[in-house]
Amino acid sequence: MEKLRYALFTGCTAKQSTPEQMMSTMAVAEKLGIELVELTEASCCGASHLQDYDDFLSLVLNARNIAYAEKHGLTMVTICNTCQLNTAMTKHRLDENPELKARVNEKLAEVGLEYKGTSDITHFLYAIIDDIGLDKIKEMVVTPLSQFNIAPFYGCHNIRPSELQNETHKTPESAYRPTSLDDLIIACGGQNVDYEEKNKCCGFHVELQAPHTAAVLTGNAIAGAMDGNADWMVTPCPLCHLKLDTQTAHASEAIGREVELPVLHMQQMVGLALGCTPAELGLNHHLAKVDFV
Amino acid sequence: MSTEHKITTQKVNFKVFRFNADEDYLPYYENYDMEVTSEEVVLDILNRIKWDHDGSFSYRRSCRHGICGACAIKVNGRSTLACKESMNDMVALFGNELVIEPLSIKRAVKDMIIDKGDFWEKHEAVTPYLVADIDEEPEMENLVSPEDAEALDEADLCIQCGACHYACPVVEINEDFMGPAAFAAAYRFESDVRDNADSRLADVNAEKQGVWDCVKCFECAEVCPKEINPISKITKLHQMAFQKGIAENNVAVRHAVGFKKSIEKRGVLDEGGLVLYSEGPAIVKHVPVALKMLKKGKIAMPWNIPTSDNMDEIKKLVKSSSTAKF
Repeated sequence: MEKLRYALFTGCTAKQSTPEQMMSTMAVAEKLGIELVELTEASCCGASHLQDYDDFLSLVLNARNIAYAEKHGLTMVTICNTCQLNTAMTKHRLDENPELKARVNEKLAEVGLEYKGTSDITHFLYAIIDDIGLDKIKEMVVTPLSQFNIAPFYGCHNIRPSELQNETHKTPESAYRPTSLDDLIIACGGQNVDYEEKNKCCGFHVELQAPHTAAVLTGNAIAGAMDGNADWMVTPCPLCHLKLDTQTAHASEAIGREVELPVLHMQQMVGLALGCTPAELGLNHHLAKVDFV
Repeated sequence: MSTEHKITTQKVNFKVFRFNADEDYLPYYENYDMEVTSEEVVLDILNRIKWDHDGSFSYRRSCRHGICGACAIKVNGRSTLACKESMNDMVALFGNELVIEPLSIKRAVKDMIIDKGDFWEKHEAVTPYLVADIDEEPEMENLVSPEDAEALDEADLCIQCGACHYACPVVEINEDFMGPAAFAAAYRFESDVRDNADSRLADVNAEKQGVWDCVKCFECAEVCPKEINPISKITKLHQMAFQKGIAENNVAVRHAVGFKKSIEKRGVLDEGGLVLYSEGPAIVKHVPVALKMLKKGKIAMPWNIPTSDNMDEIKKLVKSSSTAKF
């Protein structure tokens, strides 16, 4: 099989508050024989906030990021749900609207770039499922996670709006009954935990302006996973991860119940199953202690 | 000419929420096993429960054509308009065991009927009508051009069913939060060229209950039976506040503006810098968590914050493509 190659849009947290996410992405890519070409020219996607202030600027910057993936002739892989949403939404809007695309390209031309619409954009989770396949993952597992109940936390921006999301990957996903992460847990040998909050919001985006709302959502999510008897949680989104891993004190206070669980990035879970070491996966960078390995 | 249309049937178990606020201390769920045909919608099932099983079963319905907005309920936790939702789709999505509940259990009055008072109060709070000086005896119609009508972005299609309002997680937590339907209604009139209401936009941008508390979960976009995409209207209300120069200098507004500042400087977001710019002196409240994160190598020092390659391009584009001011 030809080696899979993608243009990697790391997003901002992978280089700052979630270094373990970058480490585990690279470690897993190596195990899976994937080549990731990092888009070092890329800027922040605006994280779903910039467009509230300046929609056109947000489009231009995201189109620039995509243009770099196009220059490599590669599918762009994201490792953050919000990067995925913003980038895929930009692509969708520009591909649907030639007039808008022309206006954006007029700006990009000033720096010698062009958005063509030739690169697909997919989250690493779906790249693994669509392009490698769950059967292949099952075959490659060397350390099955069979003793663990693992609670999937999908993160809004990978599953909603479903119409857009289902344009970006081949395996269909329902916003109400998502299965990709559950299937990946099972492929890694783990037991998936079904609980009400798995497709709900973690509250990350209002952490600063509405801290109580954000804390209740985080608390509810962890509490749901704990009530489902989860040993740990797993998420494909570093923003959800930050919320669930670092904000447990606020969350516990907000819902009047002590909540805490180890929360792994999707890549860390796959890495553990494929035989990566805890150090390679950066498991020492978590606040909620990962003490089961 | 006619193509044969095959009607199929399947067995479905319905677990139906039952509650009478006048008599019951707690709600309970009644089980109904039914043969469901591929032609039926969820409202047909509600009708059959009432007509064939229990005449006391209560729900709202009227037009049965997706116009009146009366019959919105939840199926397996998903807000839906009962008269529009095909049973086939529900079974395909959730399987043969379906849980039928009112839009909001804590607001249940009788079975599917809820007290929608909070929805209407919030709707009313956004002045959901045209505020304009109207010539009472006009010589001709007050024309709106097709381009101007398009600015409404279909917000005028809202049927006030409440599906998005009771799917919104913030409405559940913050009782002051206006909710996606009220915001979409506010946008519908704010985007109308004929409207000249004074304070509507400022009201919905207010800090404690306004558009800035939206968590961006897209639940409202997902459930809307009229595909109005309420969150896109919330985004537009944010943008309008900047365009009209009424965006307040508060943490939420600075948080949005801060992204541009950071991108302009480094391309990549400076996480700590963004929090500092957004919070100002209030950043001290984040210190305990920040210290824990620092210990775990989760905070980049100012000298270690990455910068995008080809910054000259980013700076140039930020300068030439900016369309908003704060």
